[in-house]
Amino acid sequence: MPTPRDARVVTVVPGGPLLVEGPVELRLDDGTVVCSDRFVVAVCACRRSKRYPLCDTSHRKRR
Amino acid sequence: MTTVDPAVDQAVLPTPRGPLSAAVIDALRAAPQADLPSRVSADPYGEDLQLALHVCYELHYQGFAGVSDEWEWDPELLRFRAALERVFLDALRADVPGGADIGDVLDELLVEPVDGVGVSHHLKDEGEWWQMREYLALRSIYHLKEADPHAWVIPRLRGRAKAALVAVEFDEFGGGHGDRMHSTLFANLLVGAGLDDGYLHYLEHAPAAMLATVNLMSLCGLHRSLRGGLVGHFAAAEITTAPSAARIAKALERMDAHPDCVEFFTEHIEADAVHEQVMRRDVIGDLLAREPELTESVVFGVQATELLEQRLGEHLLRAWKEGQTALRLPL
Repeated sequence: MPTPRDARVVTVVPGGPLLVEGPVELRLDDGTVVCSDRFVVAVCACRRSKRYPLCDTSHRKRR
Repeated sequence: MTTVDPAVDQAVLPTPRGPLSAAVIDALRAAPQADLPSRVSADPYGEDLQLALHVCYELHYQGFAGVSDEWEWDPELLRFRAALERVFLDALRADVPGGADIGDVLDELLVEPVDGVGVSHHLKDEGEWWQMREYLALRSIYHLKEADPHAWVIPRLRGRAKAALVAVEFDEFGGGHGDRMHSTLFANLLVGAGLDDGYLHYLEHAPAAMLATVNLMSLCGLHRSLRGGLVGHFAAAEITTAPSAARIAKALERMDAHPDCVEFFTEHIEADAVHEQVMRRDVIGDLLAREPELTESVVFGVQATELLEQRLGEHLLRAWKEGQTALRLPL
């Protein structure tokens, strides 16, 4: 099925962030608003980011 | 921050570090068409060869004060540069493991060691301010031309790989805002750390181990035959930057550094978390779907980047461990 031209593309990275086409305004439950006008914004999905709600690569495997 | 006319802010030719760099620097002081050594035999990672190569490459970026722009395409200089490049490239090819499994090579970079030992770990845990200033001065050799070498690969790509790489570059160049270019953020950082933000101001200070990391980018950027290597280099750099930028930001906060110093690195945590995904999925993924025969070249770019970064890290930590400067001249 073709994607409509104006549809917002969100890519789900397995074990990683959600990649959302920017700009975005992220609204957190506590009322915080985080804006990013990057062409793609990596939104943390693992809750480990120290820069939550933005990805800081903390989802990476450690050894 | 002072804004200077770029034409005024041109680097001066550095002091030679041996016969090869002396030959090219002496030649550049004269008009094009000088004679340069016909044979090159030198330590591929040594001061002389790396400075000679760096000077040759700089003619394609901002050039040097008092040096004719015509030198850029001088056949004799290009012949000499090719001889230098052959020595460097042969050594890199011999010193990396190679292979054709790009997935494995990138996965390896994505694993964060629990007990990491690089420069950023040292700076975060026990680094001193003078060491941080040396680190920043050294990195200025690249960051004041951040993302420039990667622009050369654009006409060599097609389709999604091209569009995605350009998007990353657009971000590196501040998304259309001069004051948000990463090279500008780095200039602000230098001033914040009490350092000189002049383009190549610290060239005399920078040892071969630093010059080699920038020479690799110029080498891969200027050769279509190394386009896979350039893409591999770019991906490797973006993948490894976010965690190390987070550690350096932490170190700078601990050292109570100027906010402009911290800003450069926190920007890189968020930017590179995005760039690594785009480089891996869209740029490498699409490039290798179109040109699978470039796989080994991409692997080479990743591994050569890691090799040279590791050599630089070892150089810095060795000097600092002995309480000595890692630079050729003290700051």
